Amino acid sequence: MRPLHLALLGGVVAAPAAADTVTVTIPRLNVAEYHRPYVAVWIEPVGGGPARTLALWYDVRKAGNEPGTKWLADLRAWWRKGGRSMTLPANGVSGATRAPGQYTIPLPANLKPGQYVLNVEAARETGGRELVTVPLTVPAARGRASGSHELGAVTVTAR
Amino acid sequence: MKRMFGRLAIAAALLATPTMLSAHRQWLLPSGTVFSGTDSWVTVDAAVSNDLFYADHQPGRLEGVKVWQPDGSPGQIQNGSTGRYRSVFDVKLDKTGTWKIGMESSGFMGSFKVDGVEQRIGRRGPPRPDAPPPLTIADIPANATDVRVTESVGRNQIFVTAGEPTTTVLKPTGTGLELEPITHPDELVAGEAARFRFLIDGKPAAGLKVTLVPGGKRYRDAEGAQELTTGADGVLSITWANAGMFWLNATATDNRVSNPRATERRMSYTTTLEVMTP
Repeated sequence: MRPLHLALLGGVVAAPAAADTVTVTIPRLNVAEYHRPYVAVWIEPVGGGPARTLALWYDVRKAGNEPGTKWLADLRAWWRKGGRSMTLPANGVSGATRAPGQYTIPLPANLKPGQYVLNVEAARETGGRELVTVPLTVPAARGRASGSHELGAVTVTAR
Repeated sequence: MKRMFGRLAIAAALLATPTMLSAHRQWLLPSGTVFSGTDSWVTVDAAVSNDLFYADHQPGRLEGVKVWQPDGSPGQIQNGSTGRYRSVFDVKLDKTGTWKIGMESSGFMGSFKVDGVEQRIGRRGPPRPDAPPPLTIADIPANATDVRVTESVGRNQIFVTAGEPTTTVLKPTGTGLELEPITHPDELVAGEAARFRFLIDGKPAAGLKVTLVPGGKRYRDAEGAQELTTGADGVLSITWANAGMFWLNATATDNRVSNPRATERRMSYTTTLEVMTP
């Protein structure tokens, strides 16, 4: 606690030794036909500026009649904010869809200080789409929000 | 006898308004405007009707439908079919970027008199197999009097993007009434403002009358149409109240005709815009 306090007073930017962490909850849903959701997690500066994708979970299979990339645009906000420019797969960022549960994603250590919005968007086949946003201040990012149908709690905590 | 025939002909000529001015709206409705993946197809409905986007009147004609690939070169439609009320076709979006799909129409309609007998040129409505071919503007003899001919020029275009949007197909041609998007037409979001500039022969069209109608009329009571006007810079700013498909139509009249025997030019620009949720 003390080092953080001094850093705020002195105006020194404290580069955290361990990254702040985003925890995303995919809820367990009681539906007849359940498909694991497509999820995108990205952070963008409040004043406008490029979005940075931290995680993308989608059907990574390329083969077959309908490759998983076909539904990336269902993550409507992520697609428009920068997802469409990404080359996939993206090492360390993209991966397969995940089952209900809690997952942690580290915030990048090299984020410039300032106001940001963390976005988590989920879209589910035969289900809905939801966007959860958490305003953050870098460094020392803390925040919490929750979805109501496709996403559970989204929290940002110190590692 | 001659006078009665003349009166009937005048009455017929007055009825011969270009189809563009009728209440019916010509529309193209794409299945979507934003696509991801490597094997995207868009399917498009084409029809003419009053209510949007409810096909209950005439199918669109597919002969004139053109496709522009993202680099501007011609593309093609596939699986075209014309039914009772609606035509449909597919476009395979096999290149990333913004595609343009649309049709253009132009024609001359009106009347002239030779030796006091009034005759019409042009034809109203779809072709009828039993009727003789109508006269064209080239058939007007040099000694004709009371020549009243309107040149009607119409564009109906939609924009569809696979992957990242591009702007090559958005570049204006510089002729007639057209749209020069400031906001990309495939980046429209409910609650955000979009800006579009309209041009006539390459110059900003100030004070242009634009009609904006949301789709889904069957599921509400109000027509929902908005009558808008462009600013002095030809720019229209629209803040979308909600997501959905919107029909937009702009009309203008001037006398810059392409054939000296025509007396008036009526221009129309139509597009269908998809607004997404934020």
